[in-house]
Amino acid sequence: MLLISCPNCGSRDETEFHYGGQAHVPYPENPSGLNDREWAEFLFYRDNTKGIFAERWLHSTGCRQWFNMLRDTVTYDIQSIYPMGAPRPDKAAAAPESGTASTAADSTTTGSAAPSIAATSITSTSTAPSTAPSTTQSGTTAPEGATK
Amino acid sequence: MANTTALTGINGLRDIRRSPASHLAEALETGSVPGKVVLKEGPFQTMAGVRVDPSSEEGARIASVTGGLPVRCGEVAGREGVSVLWLGPSEFLVVAAEEAHDSLGGDLIGSLTSALGDAPGQVVDLSANRTTYELSGPRARAVLEKGCALDLHPRKFKPGTALSTEVGNIPVTLWKTGEESFRLFPRASFADFLGRWLLDAMREYASPEVP
Repeated sequence: MLLISCPNCGSRDETEFHYGGQAHVPYPENPSGLNDREWAEFLFYRDNTKGIFAERWLHSTGCRQWFNMLRDTVTYDIQSIYPMGAPRPDKAAAAPESGTASTAADSTTTGSAAPSIAATSITSTSTAPSTAPSTTQSGTTAPEGATK
Repeated sequence: MANTTALTGINGLRDIRRSPASHLAEALETGSVPGKVVLKEGPFQTMAGVRVDPSSEEGARIASVTGGLPVRCGEVAGREGVSVLWLGPSEFLVVAAEEAHDSLGGDLIGSLTSALGDAPGQVVDLSANRTTYELSGPRARAVLEKGCALDLHPRKFKPGTALSTEVGNIPVTLWKTGEESFRLFPRASFADFLGRWLLDAMREYASPEVP
C-alpha cells in the first residue's frame, strides 16, 4: 500500500486515489491536422519508463483534485508531488510550457513537451533510456490498429 | 404500493418516505451496547452541495448565508443550526436539520441559491444523497479504527473536524462531533452495507471484557 501525500489533505492510503496515467502529454495544437497515426499516438502511446515517471493522480475519495507525482516505477519511491500545470520538477529548466493547452493550475492537459505535434511529441518527455527504442519503432512501422 | 390519492401535499409524502437504513432500525437498537458504543441513524438531514470559489464575491455571499466557509481540509464552519464541511478547495457540504429544508418551511437551499445568483458555481440539494449514522460511546473510536486508516487518536483528530475518507472500504465523510461521538455520512446506497459493517465491528463489545 502506497502512502500518498495529497497536497490538500495530507497523507492518505493509496485506495483513496485513482491513477491518471502519464503526465505532461500535451493536447495537439491542431488536432484536425493530424493523420490517423499521429492521433493514435497522442491518444494511446505512452512511455513505459523504468525509473522516474511523471504521472497524474486523483484524490477521488478526498478532495477530488488532480495532482502530478514523480514516482520511481522500480522502487515505488515517491520523489515529488506538484500541482497540475507545473513543469516537471527534475526537468524544470529544460522545456518551457508550450502548446495551446491552458497553463492554469487546474488544467489537466498542460505539458512541458516541445510544441511539435509530430510523432516524436509523445516520446519527447520520456527519459533518455526509453526514448531510443520507441522513437525508432514509431518512425518506421505503423502501429497495428492505428489506421483502418 | 402506497395509495397516492391519499397523499396531501408534502406532509403526505413525509409519512411514507423511508430513510436508507430504516430497515436496520431494529438491528441498530439491539446491536448497540449502551455505555460502550451506540449506533443510531439520524435520517433526513438537509444537505446541500456547494461549489464556489471561496475567495470570490459569490463565495463571500454564500459564506454570509452559512456563517463562513471552511478554508482547509478537516475544518467545519457554520452558524447555529448550519454546518459547512470542507470537501475540496472549492467544494463544501452544508448540513442542517430537516426543518431547514425549503419544502418544510425553511429557506436554506433557496437562500444559498439566491446568494450564488448567476455567478460561476453551483448549489445542489443533496438531502437525499446521504444518510447519517451517529456512533458514540467510549468504544466508538475502536470500532472505526477497524476499518479506517486515518489517525483517529484525539491528539490528531479533534472534535469539530470532518474528513472525507473510507470506513470499511466505503467512502464516507467522517465528522467528529464530540470527544466520543462521530457522525458518518455514507451515500444512500452504501447505508445498508456500512450499517451492517459497523454492527459487526461493535459486536465484540457486547461480551464481557476478557482480562
